[in-house]
Amino acid sequence: MKKRVKWSNFYLLLVFIVLYLPIFYLIFYSFNQAGTMSQFTGFTFEHYRTLFADTRLLGIVLNTFMLAFLSALLATAIGSFGAMAIYYTKKREARNAILSLNNILMVSPDVIIGASFLILFTFLGLHLGFSSVLLSHVAFSIPIVVLMVLPKLKEMNDSMIDAARDLGASNWQVIRKVIFPYITPGVIAGYFMAFTYSLDDFAVTFFVTGNGFTTLSVEIYSRARQGISLEINALSALVFLFSMILVVGYYYISQGNLTKKQRKIRQEQSEVADLL
Amino acid sequence: MTSTKRMYAVPYFLWLLLFVAAPVLLIVYQSFLGINGQFTFANYTNYFTSATYLEMTVNSVIYAFIITLITLVISYPAAYVLNKTKHKQLWLMLIILPTWVNLLLKAYAFIGIFSTHGSLNQFFAFIGIGQQQILFTDFSFIFVATYIEIPFMIMPIFNALEEMNPSLISASRDLGANSVDTFRRVIFPLSLNGVKSGVQAVFIPSLSLFMLTRLIGGNRVITLGTAIEEHFLVTQNWGMGSTIGVILILAMLLIMVATGEKKRKGGEKTR
Repeated sequence: MKKRVKWSNFYLLLVFIVLYLPIFYLIFYSFNQAGTMSQFTGFTFEHYRTLFADTRLLGIVLNTFMLAFLSALLATAIGSFGAMAIYYTKKREARNAILSLNNILMVSPDVIIGASFLILFTFLGLHLGFSSVLLSHVAFSIPIVVLMVLPKLKEMNDSMIDAARDLGASNWQVIRKVIFPYITPGVIAGYFMAFTYSLDDFAVTFFVTGNGFTTLSVEIYSRARQGISLEINALSALVFLFSMILVVGYYYISQGNLTKKQRKIRQEQSEVADLL
Repeated sequence: MTSTKRMYAVPYFLWLLLFVAAPVLLIVYQSFLGINGQFTFANYTNYFTSATYLEMTVNSVIYAFIITLITLVISYPAAYVLNKTKHKQLWLMLIILPTWVNLLLKAYAFIGIFSTHGSLNQFFAFIGIGQQQILFTDFSFIFVATYIEIPFMIMPIFNALEEMNPSLISASRDLGANSVDTFRRVIFPLSLNGVKSGVQAVFIPSLSLFMLTRLIGGNRVITLGTAIEEHFLVTQNWGMGSTIGVILILAMLLIMVATGEKKRKGGEKTR
């Protein structure tokens, strides 16, 4: 029995090695003195220096992050209210219909999303560039936000809303003071997911971006088609580091599930209960 | 209810209309347009009479099938073992982490590993096989695609295994089943939903990974996704591209029906 456990762990280790090898391979060669990804001749920071001197590439990195930040913000706002709308749709069939419509973009291949958005933007006469890319990123991030927020709404105790209404709260007050604080962890998780969706996307952006606007993925694609440049390796090392930070952040959010403010509220509530 | 209550959801419903319903209708509409914008069935007759298109479609499905199969064979044991480890949430996190690294960077790493003077070829030369053409072959495409899809297969299978009630396994053992029987009759059937969503999550993207066919497959491998990209962005024949897109959507629906059907029937108490 013990031997089998060892073998299975060995297998898992192998899977991990295969999953991480290419990533560390990239990072390793980003320090290579020779300009190739095959022979390691000596340690250097040269490629990082070229990276930080390459203003065009840095501009693209900045664009990509701005895009992710903005699109995630818009998608989170629209998606959270959308989740509320779905939750408060009383008819079961209607609710399921909206939900399946919501999920269409989740399951569609990127190429289809990209191609159909390209047709849409041309049909509407929209100029291809930053605005078209932003609109598409918002569009494909909304469903994941909805899926993150909806479970939180389902967990919520509906009598809290009744109580708020009985106490004379208006619709907006109910949303702001009761519903929103409750669903905040879901909203934050949704924002994170939308952010990473936007950072990761290549195919959709590739279709709907014009000549003027480029994101990191598209830039890497065009450079990789020309061959190897260790500047990209240096960039990938930094991107990996950033992903690690994001993952740790996300892990804390999903683990804690309660924000500080909520914890405080909970604590206060229990203190009040003790007093009674 | 009152109109003010629904005001907040207006952007969401606008989104449903403009970015979910409209694009699907537009791509279907476009598929009936010829290269000069006239209404025609030519794209569909072209598609169904041309050996090139049909062969490409069949090849694409075969590639996707192979990728899905290999991914499943690797991922199922991994998910199974993962479920038995002590800090499983942490390990799962580590499986998910590589998916947060941009797909193109991973593809780019494989260009380095597989290239003519790359590390793998150096290794081959070292053990005496000599240099091989690895990049731009079917093998490299399938390998990299599998590599990218593995986490997406492990996650749903792991979730299905984790949701399973462990007392069912104890019951099966108590009733005298050996570990093989327990696996075959209890564990595997109960994890089937996870396998199905994993297959869904891997097969559909595998039909459309055009950047991999370009970077790793070196235009030798042509999938439905590559053909769509080619028609939209290179030859500018949007009508034909949309037709292939419609075919891809139909293929996607087929997969979803095939892998989603049992969920309702057997889903009395699984959630």
